[in-house]
Amino acid sequence: MKIAQLRGLSLGGGTSLSLPMLLISMRTFIALIVVVLFFSITTPNFLTPSTLIILAKHVAINAFMAIGMTFVILTGGIDLSVGSIVGLAGMVAGGLIDVGIPINALGVTIYPNVVETVAMTLAAGMVIGGLNGVLVTKLNVAPFIATLGTLYIARGAALLISNGQTFANLVGTPAYGNTGFPFLGSGTIFGVPFSILALVVMTAVAGYIATQTSFGRQVYAVGGNENAARLSGVRIARIKIAVYVISGLCAAFAGLVVSSELVASNPASGESFELNAIAATVLGGTSLMGGRGTIGGTVVGAFVIGVLSDGLVMMGVNAFWQMVIKGVVIITAVVLDQVQRKMQRQMALQAQLASA
Amino acid sequence: MQMQDPIVLRARGIGKVYPGTTALTDADFDVYRGAVNVLVGENGAGKSTLMKILAGAERPSTGTLDLDGTPVSFSSVRQAAEHGISIIFQELNLCPNLSIAENLFIGHPLGLHGLKIDHAEQVRRAGAVLRRLGQSLDPKMLVGDLRIGQQQIVEIAKALVENARILIMDEPTSALSATEVDILFRIVAELKESGVAIIYISHRLEELVRIGDYITVLRDGRIQARAPKADISVPWIIHQMVGPLESALTPTIHHGQSVVLQAEGIALIGPQGSRVVNDVSFTLRAGEVVGFYGLLGAGRSELFECIMGVHPTAKGKITVAGKNLAGLALPDRIRQGVALVPEDRQREGLVQSMSVGANLSLASLWRLTRFSRVSKVLEKASVQRMIRSLWIKVSTPEVEVTALSGGNQQKVVIGKALLTLPKLLLLDEPSRGIDVGAKAEVFRSIRRLADEGLAIAFATSDLKEVLALSDRVLVMTEGRIAGEFTRETMTEEALVAASTPRSHAREAA
Repeated sequence: MKIAQLRGLSLGGGTSLSLPMLLISMRTFIALIVVVLFFSITTPNFLTPSTLIILAKHVAINAFMAIGMTFVILTGGIDLSVGSIVGLAGMVAGGLIDVGIPINALGVTIYPNVVETVAMTLAAGMVIGGLNGVLVTKLNVAPFIATLGTLYIARGAALLISNGQTFANLVGTPAYGNTGFPFLGSGTIFGVPFSILALVVMTAVAGYIATQTSFGRQVYAVGGNENAARLSGVRIARIKIAVYVISGLCAAFAGLVVSSELVASNPASGESFELNAIAATVLGGTSLMGGRGTIGGTVVGAFVIGVLSDGLVMMGVNAFWQMVIKGVVIITAVVLDQVQRKMQRQMALQAQLASA
Repeated sequence: MQMQDPIVLRARGIGKVYPGTTALTDADFDVYRGAVNVLVGENGAGKSTLMKILAGAERPSTGTLDLDGTPVSFSSVRQAAEHGISIIFQELNLCPNLSIAENLFIGHPLGLHGLKIDHAEQVRRAGAVLRRLGQSLDPKMLVGDLRIGQQQIVEIAKALVENARILIMDEPTSALSATEVDILFRIVAELKESGVAIIYISHRLEELVRIGDYITVLRDGRIQARAPKADISVPWIIHQMVGPLESALTPTIHHGQSVVLQAEGIALIGPQGSRVVNDVSFTLRAGEVVGFYGLLGAGRSELFECIMGVHPTAKGKITVAGKNLAGLALPDRIRQGVALVPEDRQREGLVQSMSVGANLSLASLWRLTRFSRVSKVLEKASVQRMIRSLWIKVSTPEVEVTALSGGNQQKVVIGKALLTLPKLLLLDEPSRGIDVGAKAEVFRSIRRLADEGLAIAFATSDLKEVLALSDRVLVMTEGRIAGEFTRETMTEEALVAASTPRSHAREAA
């Protein structure tokens, strides 16, 4: 007690600190409620089922990428290549449907069916992710630089596939047996859009992996203290490569949904999407230092950004101001994160001094 | 003229708390002017913490500093230097790419407020200071071209340029040759003459008695004893540092147990190209506790790391329970029954962002996983068992590990190693940075584990610990095993003598 007074830390007992702590630790969820309430009041038609479904479909695209990004950031890394993978995935899928795989020696062209197309596209995303992982672990390239490199490589590859052209009308040809691609973007199951169901399933699976599996535990350990994890027998390189592969897979899935919604794929698609994914992850409480964060938080973070974007558009706010507001929200989230850390540290020290 | 107060700096009731540990408690320390004030104590006794507080590198959690009768508080080393307190760290803080003169005036360049540096004046003044220190070095020489002892003198010169009245020296002789030590001691004597107060920290006891005027012994974060040099001797210092031996920890000796570890010709080349571990061979039996005693940098930690598989380039043959570990990576060695409790708990032992339970189970997830899912039932049972058997004080395993005290954090690291079901347990400085009570508990656990049949090797630079806990002691010096002692032959004096590097043993003789 005497010690606390000497340091000027005596804030009148422990309970006065816990309410602000609680509010700060639930800040993303509170922010979501606040933005939803705000737009419900200010914008007519915001709280209608059709608006909310469109909103959720927008959010899903970002959330797919952000879920993969969360695994990478949990290990203390970053993946800047996801936006380019979205573009590349669209072009791979579009090419397979519109052009097929020509085999010149035999003079034939193979048209894979939609399931095969989806599998090959996801594999392409995983290959780029694997490349990121190998660069980071085996060649010791900083994640920022490695994935900046693959950002250019994947975008370049996307442009090369069609020489910069758009693949239009990705409906397939019944004679080739490759129809059905638009289902990913506009199909429904029991009246619920496929991409929203996919978001629910992906959130559940990713949440399970992160919290219940040995792999997930090791992801958190690598990000929390890589040295300690290594000495505890965690195979660091294996874990890191895996998270980049997951991120590539998630981004490729986002790319499939984007091109399916548009029924066309454009090599420029997904530009700067990586920033939305990072923003959603950070907003959801994942620390860029690694080791702390949740899949659920990331999805809530993606919703905050999505509600904010669509709500501001519906309110008729100038697009330039929208960007400014998004930036302010992201910075505020990180500042609050730091405030929370500092409060926790101080409370721990105070408790220790009091017990000494 | 008024009689001057002989004490220039008074520290009263200084305490310092770090997350998880209390480094210093209620320490009073007087610094006499024109004298060498010695601080001595074992690793983790709180010397460096106290020193950093005096030099402004750390802020105390409690207590006051009083300089020439005026209360002061420093928020940076810079601020302390403005009050005339300078510190020379063990790792020298010089720019090797700049000249001696440029280094001396790097904080306050001479000339027009930094617009135009007056190089000629800097060189002249630097030359004067070096002459005062009895050195004929050219101030225009690059610091990178100087030998380490000369660099140390440049550090002292830098402190003098800043008009230091109190000079803190942290283990200044650790990298010096015998001649350089003599030069340094002559300079210290001259500085004393001119009224500078010196705070001197070292592990080398003979050295302290040679140049010290007032001796202060720290133990477990508290001031243990204070005396003028005239009243004391080396055995007195050892006694104050180490304290009475605890009889409760008297080892039980096991005979005829099976060999768990056979190490032959282990060698490791360090980053500087020197042999950090140099041809080390020994065996360890089940139920045996073997202490590895040695000074800092003797190669103990590196030896343990070689056995654990941290260094893929290490040479030598390691056999654990009959199985050759050659080519096995660290995770495989864990499965073969090797476990390491690393020296630096915060950097290598704990994942600070995770809970107590998750930390405990981290190294044995491979045992607790069913169909790639961590079995809640198995994990909870293991974690609870370890919390009970090591007496880890925690309300629930979900608490974040950083909320625990240092001793309990250490038990978590030990518990993590034990949950891998090891045959061989390597403990690197297991009592570092934990309170006295916790130490005793950790030692009792170690003893009990040996009785249960584990082979245990532990590294320490703490005499009391190694004497109290070991069935056998191997002393390491400069990467080699410099001596082996049994219960009958191990004495404080013998261990200290064996652990002194040969280059310094010559000087002492």
